[in-house]
Amino acid sequence: MSALISLPILLPLLGAAVSIGVGRSRDAQRIVGVVTLTSVVAVSAVLLARVDDQGTTALQVGGWDAPIGITLVADRLAVMVLLASVIMLLAVLVFAIGQPGAERNHVGFHPVYLVLSAGVGLAVLTGDLFNLFVAFEVMLMSSYVLITLGGRRDQVRSGMTYVVISLMASMLFLVSIGLVYAATGTVNLADLGPKVAELPDGLRSGFAVLLIVVFGIKAAIFPLFFWLPDSYPTAPTPVTAIFAGLLTKVGVYALIRTQTLLFPEDSRPGELLLVVAGLTMVIGVLGAITQYDIKRLLSFHIVSQIGYMVMGLGFFTVAGVAGAVIYVVHQIVVKTTLFMVGGLVELRAGTGELDRIGGLARLEPVLAVLYLLPALSLAGIPPFSGFVAKLALVDAGFEAGQYAVVGVSLFVSVLTLFSMTKIWANVFWEVPEVQPSREAELSTAFGRSLMVGSTAAVVAVSLAIAAWAGPIYDLSTRAAEDVMDVSVYREAVLDP
Amino acid sequence: MTTLMALTAGVLFACGTYLVLGRQLSRLIIGIGLLGHGANVIIVLAGGFGGEPAFVGGDVDDFADPLPQALVLTAIVITFGVIAFLLALAYRSWVLNDDDHVEDDVEDLRILDEALHRAAEEADRVAAEEAQR
Repeated sequence: MSALISLPILLPLLGAAVSIGVGRSRDAQRIVGVVTLTSVVAVSAVLLARVDDQGTTALQVGGWDAPIGITLVADRLAVMVLLASVIMLLAVLVFAIGQPGAERNHVGFHPVYLVLSAGVGLAVLTGDLFNLFVAFEVMLMSSYVLITLGGRRDQVRSGMTYVVISLMASMLFLVSIGLVYAATGTVNLADLGPKVAELPDGLRSGFAVLLIVVFGIKAAIFPLFFWLPDSYPTAPTPVTAIFAGLLTKVGVYALIRTQTLLFPEDSRPGELLLVVAGLTMVIGVLGAITQYDIKRLLSFHIVSQIGYMVMGLGFFTVAGVAGAVIYVVHQIVVKTTLFMVGGLVELRAGTGELDRIGGLARLEPVLAVLYLLPALSLAGIPPFSGFVAKLALVDAGFEAGQYAVVGVSLFVSVLTLFSMTKIWANVFWEVPEVQPSREAELSTAFGRSLMVGSTAAVVAVSLAIAAWAGPIYDLSTRAAEDVMDVSVYREAVLDP
Repeated sequence: MTTLMALTAGVLFACGTYLVLGRQLSRLIIGIGLLGHGANVIIVLAGGFGGEPAFVGGDVDDFADPLPQALVLTAIVITFGVIAFLLALAYRSWVLNDDDHVEDDVEDLRILDEALHRAAEEADRVAAEEAQR
């Protein structure tokens, strides 16, 4: 059982190596990629069933017991995020295979994509602060390559901003690890908790804020989000889709993990997180409303939605964290879907500018349906997954007595709906006015069916979250109970 | 000794930050390198005072803390890889643009454009009013 925990990291790395080996044949690379990710999805599903059944499990890598060795920990939260992520990685890989462009033109796409998957796996499963840094670097390094893959002028420009900002965050992270180690003498997350509790108050708050800044840059919370809407839209659609779905959410995951596990209950920065969450939601959605490019608009929504997850964490209650967990899962699915649809629209209409597209509802009814479902879900209209997630958060907010930030979140929902209808009205209604892009002419019927098929599959996943909302909410409540009761995690790691 | 090392880290961070804030890509990359060195110095410093090499005999009490050394090796390798990538990216940017400046933000340019447009309109309006008078 515990050996299974290493597979979501090892399999993609192995797949990446094989993929480089068969670099001459794109077909062989595709088979390797899809087979690897399918098996990672299977492993993660088994892992979720096992972990839900038996509770948090730890793997001491190389037989060195914690806190000396490297520890991988699978708890409900980690495996839920992992499963949602790898399903999206698989779907987007199929999408990428169907789309003419990045995947077809570059030998490096498949290996780097698989390394990205390994990085995401390591980031959620690791039980060690330094290893979290390494995981982020693995993940970001692959993202640097993917975002600049075409080597176009705008990609190099925005890629540079993205790389430098991410590097600044990484350097800060490295410094915080050095300081934490100097103060406590350990980097194991389970071992750190009690030792951080013994530190003086000022030092502890310093660490908490440093880590919020580090993960805040990665998660794009206010006021550290400005790099995101600029850099994401320039990458090829599959790359933007997977970044939108995964990278910021892994940042939020790291925030949840470290803030709950490292800091004792009385020194958690709940108020700070709630204020930041409210501002993130409002500024993000206002940015989205002013945009006229479909991908840029959706990029601002990534920022806005991060606020909801941080809000759930900011309550620091079981219900709040449960809401945040289900929100993370819902966002991973819905954000990926919306960017895939955005890519399909760009492909069909030859541009992403809202003013220059129109009438797609009549020309492409399937696309219209595929957009409408996740868009309504994002705004939180029942009966979609967004409604379930928002209801959980609002409920938790009332329970915690934080009416102000809940009010803000509901107001932002209305603005979200407004900007989603703006896309709908501009792109799908109005007079038909489209000319297929050059890429669309290159795409084959088979490629098109792969793209539409994978998008439909993720829409189905999002509908499934809504259909099985009860069991999934119960699962995330159990996950949140494990997160809030840190002794579960510590016992699993330190004395199994 | 610790004070000296802390000062070294501080100076590295100050210089690194200064260089990163500039608009020249070559300076920016050197800045990132300096920041990385600063972080590495802090990690080495976190291990406390030096001592005998660990695990190769001698008394356990005299060992230097081996963990920060392991961490810092990993960090150095990662920084090395990242800087190599940055250099490649900067070279690409130089090939495309013929200089090594960070380009203007698209949104900034749009805002600037609109501001200039509005200023021009305003100037026209004032000129027209004066002509009427």
